[in-house]
Amino acid sequence: MSTSDEKVKANGKTEKETPPEQEVREKGNGSGGPILFFFLVGFIASLLVGWIVFPRLLYSKKKQPIDFNHALHVETVEEGCASCHFFREDGSFSGVPKLAKCMECHEEAQGEDPEELKFVSEYVEKGREVPWLIYSRQPNCVFFSHAAHVRLAGMDCVTCHGPVGESTRTKPYEENRITGISRNIWGKSIAGIKRNPWDRMKMDDCAECHAKEAAKGAADLERPIDGFFNNIIRIAFPESLLGRKSSAQTRNEACFVCHK
Amino acid sequence: MKHEQAKKYGMVIDLDKCTGCGACMVACMAENNIPFKKDETNKLDSITWMRVYQLTNGKPFPNTDICYIPRPCMHCEGDHGHSPCVSVCPATATDYSLKTGIVSQIYTRCFGCRYCMAACPYHARYFNWWDPVWPDGMEKYLNPDVSPRMRGVVEKCSFCFHRYQLAMNKAFLEGRRELEEAQYQTACAQACPAGAIVFGDLNNTKHRVHRIVQPDPAHGGRPKNPKAFRLLERLGTNPKVYYLSSREWVRRLADHYLPNETPGKGH
Repeated sequence: MSTSDEKVKANGKTEKETPPEQEVREKGNGSGGPILFFFLVGFIASLLVGWIVFPRLLYSKKKQPIDFNHALHVETVEEGCASCHFFREDGSFSGVPKLAKCMECHEEAQGEDPEELKFVSEYVEKGREVPWLIYSRQPNCVFFSHAAHVRLAGMDCVTCHGPVGESTRTKPYEENRITGISRNIWGKSIAGIKRNPWDRMKMDDCAECHAKEAAKGAADLERPIDGFFNNIIRIAFPESLLGRKSSAQTRNEACFVCHK
Repeated sequence: MKHEQAKKYGMVIDLDKCTGCGACMVACMAENNIPFKKDETNKLDSITWMRVYQLTNGKPFPNTDICYIPRPCMHCEGDHGHSPCVSVCPATATDYSLKTGIVSQIYTRCFGCRYCMAACPYHARYFNWWDPVWPDGMEKYLNPDVSPRMRGVVEKCSFCFHRYQLAMNKAFLEGRRELEEAQYQTACAQACPAGAIVFGDLNNTKHRVHRIVQPDPAHGGRPKNPKAFRLLERLGTNPKVYYLSSREWVRRLADHYLPNETPGKGH
């Protein structure tokens, strides 16, 4: 305090000579500079942490036990994906094949590829199952019927799983360290942005496609009379059975269809 | 659009056949990954989707009579699906399916307010006060088709809905859209050694449940079979679990009839 008073006294003469500096100080712009600077630094730093550092920390990266070449296999097998990823007789989907399926062809090494040799010596000869890491495993509250989508609706594997069949190497498996769920469910983009239908496998993605299909069904021109009256009933009596579909509460498909 | 006949899955439990052995309870616990504790004596915090109660006629020795009554979730239809629990749930975690007539419970949506438990007149809903703890190695014996619940959510009998999902899966693969009676059965119905529990579609005249109770759609599904009754019929919850008993005192007790009232002439 005293020093500033002294300064004022001492600078009494010069006060009038340097008015611009005084004005600047009174407006507060001089101290605003550093505040803005530190705000921006902190803001950018927090963005970097949130968008780059945290996702790296959040997801663990693991290599598959065997670097599998999908493209090579798709060329050799006859029935495409279904040759190895098949339906069981009870209607369930086999998913990633077991060792027995692989051994139908690979009881002995067929080539010189080091990955195949590793597979034969490590797993086939020892009779151990390969601990594959499953990219598209959903949380255990989810029920997904492959039969309904592939057989009934005739959907392609690519629609949800992407062009896996064209890959020549397996990508690293990334797992959310907190939830233990594969990164494929949330999607690679931490912002949740997707360009292709197979970029994410969240409930929103199921819902998005189902909403589209429902809209198509409502405006079905192949059965004009049936669809016409159904639409009238649906719109005029939203509380009716047709209007509400299968749920008493949501006027939509009941949650139980996909949850278990 | 192709319309499939809406189903209304329900159950008939013959109390004349029930011996109270509890096999249905055990089968249900195992099938549905129901958590249990070391000490299950406090029935207020233990979970039993299927529970066998004991009724007595309260008479002295020579006339004493006992009846065992298994109680799953009644999957009440209420008025067009507005069953007591469904209409109070603020989270849409429980819902009535008009396709199957099953009252669902979505554990990941439930936030544990327990309003539904207060609304349910049958005490069929249970709250998870703790995370489930399985004895060492038991995780390997859990049913992979039923998700285990976490602390803080309500759960209840689902009529083994996962079995419906799996049966439909098989049907889709074989190009069918309808299920036979035997293709979808609950664990309790299959476990009952006395064959007292019959499960099926109440809307399907070929199914045994329909033939036994003969539900009357004009009167809210009331049974035409004079031996058949539902618990707390007069509340209007419209349950889909029917009971059979040849003993009148059991039928009277099921709806708390006063000594001077006559069952069947309710309201």
